[in-house]
Amino acid sequence: MGGYTTSEIATIMAMQGIAGLSLFGVFLLMALGLAIIFGQMGVINMAHGEFLTLGSYATYVVATMFESYAPGLFSYYFPVAIVLSFLVAFGVGYLLEYGLVRHLYKRPLDTLLATWAVGLIMQQIFRSIFGGRGVSADAPDWLQGSIQLSQMLFLSRSDLFVMCIAIAMTVIVAILLYRARWGMRVRSTTQNRAMANAVGINTAKVDRNTFALGCGLAGIAGSAFTTISATTPTAGAQYLVDTFLVVVLGGAASLLGTVASAFSIAQAQSILEFFITGSMAKVLTLMVVIGIIMLRPQGLFTLKVRQ
Amino acid sequence: MQHSNWRKSIAALTIAALGGAGASAAGANEEYPTDEVNTTGLAVTDDTVEVGILHSLTGTMAISETGSVEAEQLAIRQINESGGVLGRQIETEVEDGASDWPTFAERASSLLESDDVAAVFGCWTSASRKAVLPVFEENNGLLYYPTFYEGLEASPNVFYQGQEATQQIIAGLNWVHEKENAETYYLIGSDYIWPRTSHAIARHHIENELGAEVVAEQYFPLGHTNFRSAINQIRLKNPDVVYSIIAGDSNVSFWSQLNSAGINADNQTVLTNSVTEDEVKAIGAENVEGHYSAMKYFQSLDNPHNKEFVEEFKEMHGEDSVIGDVTQAAYLGPWIWKRAVEKAESFDVDKVREAARGMEFDDVPEGYVRVHEENQHLWSKLRIGQWQSDGTAEVVYESDLIEPDPFPEDVDIDPDEME
Amino acid sequence: MTTILRLLGGRSEWLICLGVFAALLLVVLPLAFNGYFLNLLGRYLALAFVAIGLVMCWGYGGMLSLGQGVFFGLGGYAMAMFLKLEASTPEATAKQSTPGIPDFMDWNQLTALPWWWEPFNSFSFTLAALLLIPAAVAYVFGYALFKRRVSGVYFAIVTLSLAAAMSILIVGQQGYTGGANGITDFQTLLGWDITTDSARYVIYYICVFLLLVCIVLGQWILSSRAGRVLIAVRDEENRVRFSGYSVEDFKIFVFMVAAVFSAIGGAMFALQARFISPSQVGIGLSVELVVLCAVGGRFSLLGAAFGALLIKTAEMYLSDLFPQLWTILFGLILLVVVLAFPKGLAGLYELARDYALDHFGSNQSHAALEEHADKRSLHGREEGFLVRAKRILGGIR
Repeated sequence: MGGYTTSEIATIMAMQGIAGLSLFGVFLLMALGLAIIFGQMGVINMAHGEFLTLGSYATYVVATMFESYAPGLFSYYFPVAIVLSFLVAFGVGYLLEYGLVRHLYKRPLDTLLATWAVGLIMQQIFRSIFGGRGVSADAPDWLQGSIQLSQMLFLSRSDLFVMCIAIAMTVIVAILLYRARWGMRVRSTTQNRAMANAVGINTAKVDRNTFALGCGLAGIAGSAFTTISATTPTAGAQYLVDTFLVVVLGGAASLLGTVASAFSIAQAQSILEFFITGSMAKVLTLMVVIGIIMLRPQGLFTLKVRQ
Repeated sequence: MQHSNWRKSIAALTIAALGGAGASAAGANEEYPTDEVNTTGLAVTDDTVEVGILHSLTGTMAISETGSVEAEQLAIRQINESGGVLGRQIETEVEDGASDWPTFAERASSLLESDDVAAVFGCWTSASRKAVLPVFEENNGLLYYPTFYEGLEASPNVFYQGQEATQQIIAGLNWVHEKENAETYYLIGSDYIWPRTSHAIARHHIENELGAEVVAEQYFPLGHTNFRSAINQIRLKNPDVVYSIIAGDSNVSFWSQLNSAGINADNQTVLTNSVTEDEVKAIGAENVEGHYSAMKYFQSLDNPHNKEFVEEFKEMHGEDSVIGDVTQAAYLGPWIWKRAVEKAESFDVDKVREAARGMEFDDVPEGYVRVHEENQHLWSKLRIGQWQSDGTAEVVYESDLIEPDPFPEDVDIDPDEME
Repeated sequence: MTTILRLLGGRSEWLICLGVFAALLLVVLPLAFNGYFLNLLGRYLALAFVAIGLVMCWGYGGMLSLGQGVFFGLGGYAMAMFLKLEASTPEATAKQSTPGIPDFMDWNQLTALPWWWEPFNSFSFTLAALLLIPAAVAYVFGYALFKRRVSGVYFAIVTLSLAAAMSILIVGQQGYTGGANGITDFQTLLGWDITTDSARYVIYYICVFLLLVCIVLGQWILSSRAGRVLIAVRDEENRVRFSGYSVEDFKIFVFMVAAVFSAIGGAMFALQARFISPSQVGIGLSVELVVLCAVGGRFSLLGAAFGALLIKTAEMYLSDLFPQLWTILFGLILLVVVLAFPKGLAGLYELARDYALDHFGSNQSHAALEEHADKRSLHGREEGFLVRAKRILGGIR
């Protein structure tokens, strides 16, 4: 295992740090939607992964359409794909809240079961439409290749792209939550629903939009992930456990906490991966996170959440 | 029992759906009377014989196993059209293993104990094969297993149409060692028995036979999508050859991340034995272009039998379908069984097994294969294909016929030496 | 008719249901199915052990564990390790480079049996381990989580992660665990050939017997004072705490009981499937088990056990016929149950029974119904049929 010189260790740390940054982008983007739904509303959405997959497939469809109908504009399909992924996931999320989730707010554990069922059904629908085989859209030219930082250090463009989207979305969500009137309504609903109702906030509407926004963000994440992995019916579901851990470790309802925990988990896993096998790195990270949650169940950063 | 009638009717439906249009021979089979060709109570009548197909039609493995089902159905249809086996039309009972190993075992017992099928074509992953193996051994059934796999097994109840690890690995390593003058190797794989065993064989061969060095050995869980650490290791260790046995959809992430990190065929040799035409379709040809796969079969093989096979396969299953190594191996299964049955002039498993030993086939898509006299694997060639921008492989090397050796003697490595 | 209804309305209702269930398992099914199908049903019944554990821990205790697969797996692996060692005699494994160790260890270049496998040569140790290890793990996690008042959805997520970590660990350590292939291929239990048809019947009966014991034991715990406290904890935890009860101890106890039940189920699964693998540990199975419990009825031990059997049997038939549609159908069943029938099949039974009592029952049976209504009613409230129906259907709104 050992046998590295000090300078090599330094290089490894730098390299893995950058790899960890890429993973951080992935984690953050996944967790953002969930941080809103779980963090603000206390709802466990087990179908979150499927919304991610939905965004990926939407992007794949857009890419295929561009390839067939407008090959000249292929390099620019991504902006269209991202917007569309968001809209599709937002729309389905909206319907899901209206048709299902709102009936279960008083039974959070039942929401978990119901959304799991929805996820199962969505997976099977994806499989029927797109087949079980993984699909992947060709990345546009400007997302291929990497940026050389030094002889050993590089950052691939697609990773950079994912990271930029993640940061942009975080900023937008932060502004929405903490600076916009909408966010004020969401937070007041979170803190005291009855009072919020009393002062004239339509809390049912707030719930619906919050849930749909969380799903829409998952759609964007799915869209961005098409540049780094294949899309299969179960692609999103694989991220589910990681995503929940990021949000729980960060502390529900704390956006800063989500960012911090995504960063720490990503870096820990990335550095460990270099020295032990990927499988064991994953187990170790999971166990440490479970351990921390046991010691500090409220998460790293805490706010009062609606029960 | 009511239940088995019900099952039979399903089987009949399945056959109808398969379009088993081949007319069945009328009347009693005079040349091969049923009570003579079937002394062990298999589902054989005067004009039909029942076989099973057991693959995952649903779940995560469905993607990989569909091609095998399609190939087996093609072979069975062709056999039926050419008059069947001992004058009997093959009826197929298709069972779904649902990507779940206990389900595979369940379905296998149902095929062998309730349906009394004469042979089963099926399984894909090692795990599913290991799960059904006891069932086949207890009921003395016959399994035709299509996948290239790790070896370490030679059950009298299984015919292995895929290559075992030594067939796939050693010739490939020799080739790359010679061609690239490769002295350092980086081994990477998915974390389960096939890649691990294969890498153990590879490491042994690299260190002891080639006198070269393995700079690292790295494993990731199945379905893993983040290979940045592995890519960093490759950069740091700068091996002459990266040897990859990554399975399934992880391949897409691995190859596209490798490519976008600027590691491509111009500056790094990558040899894999887990990428077939099926995977390339998902990975994208631009990400694997110029790299090498070690397989016994590529769709582009230039021989008349293969051309005919590819044409008929596409006719039956669509122009877009691709044929990988395992699909071709699956296609061999029903043929090997048919020929052995006809040679034995019996469906009895013990006689079929005996008859198959040493049997030669020179008209199969991959060219020539021979059933091994003892271990029931196939003698076959290894080919190295270089991936082209259109997703096909150009064969750059073809070995001699290689003997299957599922229990390599000298691969025993002291575990302390690993890591 | 009237007599039956009177009995159903009375305090012996539970005993009657248990009797019917036992008769179904012990008499009807063995007569209706051959050894092969009985063996399959036995595997499904192994899942019922977990389902009844979940009734106690989730339905009554309010702790939804999405990691019951961990305990199922611990039990299953313990049993499988014993059986595998028995199968790996030096004679049977003479072909290996190290005879006498399980085949997968040999493939993974192990040259000696790991020390922690050694004790599993002993059957009594194995039995003890498969009960005590899950109980100990449940105690440690229960203690750590409940003492810090981790509950509800957080508890669900932590247990879910535990299942994920455990299955990755087993896959990753394949030299010691058999990896993704799992542990397979064992034929005998203490020299007794378990592959024969008669052995299948015997093991099936053992499985049914253990299940009935667990159900009776579970019912006894739930109807004891501890069970009452547990329900109170679920509904109003702090009030119980302020009344001077050590809430955590009750929760930990029930979590441990559920873990032990699951482990017994796992062992019975390994014995009947003659097989155990990480997919019996991971997230997929853990969540599926919760679903089985929910469909059967999360407040009813018998309902959950029956639900597990029914759903898995339906799956066996339907997934064969409609492989694509079955998954969607399964999802829809779950949605309907969650929205409309939170009490699952057991709730449907109650509805039907009360309907029958209201319409066909004599005055006596009515009287019996009234008298013992609080025995049956979950919340100890007295309700007429309409009120009850409204409450059960209330989920739809």
